[in-house]
Formats: sequence, C-alpha cells, structure tokens
Amino acid sequence: MSKLAIIDSGGANIASLRYAVERLGIDAVLTTDINVIRNATHVILPGVGSAADCMSRLQRADLVEPILKLQQPFLGVCVGMQLLFDSSEEGNVDCFGLLPGRVQRIPDRKGLPVPHMGWNTLEVKQSTPLLNNFTVEDYVYYVHSFCAPVSNETLATTSYGAPFSAVVQHNNIFGVQFHPERSAKVGAKLLMNFLKLS
Amino acid sequence: MVKGIRFRDHVVVGDIIELATRYRDEGADELVFYDITASPDGRTVDRSWITRIARILDIPFCVAGGIRSVADAEQILGEGAEKISINSPALSDPDLINRLSERFGSQCVVVGIDSQTINIDDQREFHVYQFTGDPTRSRDSARRTLDWVNEVQQRGAGEIVLNCMASDGVKKGYDITQLNAVRTICKVPLIASGGAGKPEHFTEVFNTAQVDGALAASVFHSGNILIPDLKQFLRDQHVEIRP
Repeated sequence: MSKLAIIDSGGANIASLRYAVERLGIDAVLTTDINVIRNATHVILPGVGSAADCMSRLQRADLVEPILKLQQPFLGVCVGMQLLFDSSEEGNVDCFGLLPGRVQRIPDRKGLPVPHMGWNTLEVKQSTPLLNNFTVEDYVYYVHSFCAPVSNETLATTSYGAPFSAVVQHNNIFGVQFHPERSAKVGAKLLMNFLKLS
Repeated sequence: MVKGIRFRDHVVVGDIIELATRYRDEGADELVFYDITASPDGRTVDRSWITRIARILDIPFCVAGGIRSVADAEQILGEGAEKISINSPALSDPDLINRLSERFGSQCVVVGIDSQTINIDDQREFHVYQFTGDPTRSRDSARRTLDWVNEVQQRGAGEIVLNCMASDGVKKGYDITQLNAVRTICKVPLIASGGAGKPEHFTEVFNTAQVDGALAASVFHSGNILIPDLKQFLRDQHVEIRP
C-alpha cells in the first residue's frame, strides 16, 4: 500500500491534488516535515505560484537538500517539475539543478495565447512506466506561462508553438508539466502509474 | 469547450453536484459555476458546495460570482477550484485584477465581460455591461469593450470570457464580429460565450474567431446538444478537441 506524502508548497490549489489521490483510494499526508516525507513510499511536489516563491518556501523549510537525497519515487507537478531544472526565468531563481537548462516564459507567438491553457496530447520520446497504457489519443490539461526545455531526460513533449518538456525523469525523480489532478481519467492513470512505481 | 452552470443559491447543492457529474462524464473540458445573484445583491456566496464539487470533478473548474477580495478568492481556490472569474467587481474596482494576479498568478484570474453592441450616432460600438445578473440593475458601464479588454490584460487577467449579450440565449450563433474584434487584441486565452444553438455554431466560432474555448449553458442543459455528439462533430470538422 502506498504511503503518499504531498509536500505542502503553500498556496491555494493543493486541494485538487489531494482530492485526486483520494479518488484513487490513496491516503495522502500534506506535510513539510522531512521525517514524514522520508518515510513515505511516494512523494509529490505540487507547484503553486511562481518558481521563486516555491523555491523560497522549500528553502525556508530546509527541504531542498533532503529532497535531492530521497530514494523513493518522486513526482514534481507543474512548477514542482520546473524546479527540477537548473534555473527559472520566473523570479530569476536557481532551482534544484537535477536537469539541464533554464525554464523560460512561453514566447508570444501569433495565435498562441499565454498562459497556455487547455488540453493537449503527448509525444512520447522514451518509454517509461509512468506513461504505461498511454495512447496518442490521451489528452492532458495544461495551465502555465513558463516551460522547460527538451533534454535527454525528457520522456515526453507537448508542442505549443515549439516542443517543451511535458514529462521528465532523473533517476527516481519524475516531473510533469501538466496537471494530472485535473486531466480526467488520463490524469488518474498517470497518478496510478506513479503510485505503482517502486 | 467549457460548460457553464448558472444557479441562484436556493438551488439544492445536490442538484449542482448531479449536473457537474453528468457533464464530467459526458466529456466537458471545463466547468464554470456562476452564482448570478451574488454581485447585484451586494453579498457573497455560501461556498460550502465548492469542496464537494472539487472532490468529484477531475477536470478544471472555475467559480464566478461575488468575488470582491483576495480573501474571497483565497477561500475558493483553497476549496479546490482552479480559477476564479470576476466581472462586476472588476468594473467597480479594477485594481482587484492586479491584486488577484499578483497573489495567485494570472492563470487563476479570469475576467468575464458582458458586452453589447450599441449604436451611437450611427457608429457601432461594443460596450461593457455591469450587474447583468439582475435585469432591473443591468446597466451600460460606459466602458468600451475593446478598451476594457486591453486594460484587464495589462492588469494581469489570464483569461477572458466574452459574453455577447445580444446573442445570449438567442441560439443564433456566437457574435463572430465582436469576437473577432476582441481576438485581434486579446493575447490571453479567449472564451466565447452567448449564442450557441447548434453544432455548426461551435465550428464557426473556433474556425472564424480563433477562440480558445466556447462556453455554452442552455443547449447542454436542455439536452438539445449532447457533449459527446458535439465533440465528434467538431472532430469530423477538423477542430482539434479532446475526445
């Protein structure tokens, strides 16, 4: 049975993630206590607000170094994924540095409003248990103004004017730019896949 | 595609949940909940229903009605809504848009605009209306819609829902002329509202006004258009949409 810890990164909309795992029958604890996080079988870092805000909350809670040492499956969502990269243009902040590159604002392009909001498909670049049973017809929900570059550790991309990292992995640490908690059954499938990782 | 659920707060919460469940299962991409009496009455909404909705919905949803402060918004987002939508209060207090987007990020902040075409000295203009939830108080705010669209974007709106009032409930199609005028200056997602009566109206609004979403209430509510049928129709017409 999974023991899921959701890192309380502050802000308002962590509730939807809690309810999403609750619908899967998983008990999750919302916490900033590193001992609780270490004892969890799975850890999710939801991103709320700006990358700089989120980083400073984690730093104030002394969580950055301990998170980097976690061995269990870890999933960053939205800004929680962006923090895995070297740095972010949003608030001009250094991040975890697990993945190469800088998170940048989605450029203004004709016909492509920013924030990017809505449902898009994934282009899978590398097979991963996180995307088990995904098909080309599976749409996920995005809402973001910043996006991460594509690298060797990108497992899937989505294109919005240009491709960006939609799903990334560095060892036990995964990240998704979209919101599985609001991506209907497809999102539930992703969360279940994550919770089955060991 | 966005589905609007309008209600006055005497509606039993169970009814809202039942509707929300139905639209979720039928494949709506987003739901908007309007308390249409909240602003004209000068009071806020009983919000206990939001948590119940957030627990059952696995798609994004937005709450509109009577949000006048950062504290109102904080409560709603904390209960699990993705977005909040402000309309009349933004007209009375435009700085509210700045405060909300600074606190929560612009992606949470939707500005709803009720707009109507009026003729001034034989010139056609689009004007913003305020307090449209109550027919006895609905009035021309004297703001030009295009000016307001520019202003709300500068203030940090992350999405605009343009409700073209003459079209609303008439089912003769979306107001393409007005939506096109707004689209040319709207750099954030634009959602069309008002006028949907048949599937072709949705194709038209996506293809000719380049909107990011189309909102409808009555055609879905009445069952005249079923969401799965509409989505299949749109896909057959090469409009990219989630199945």
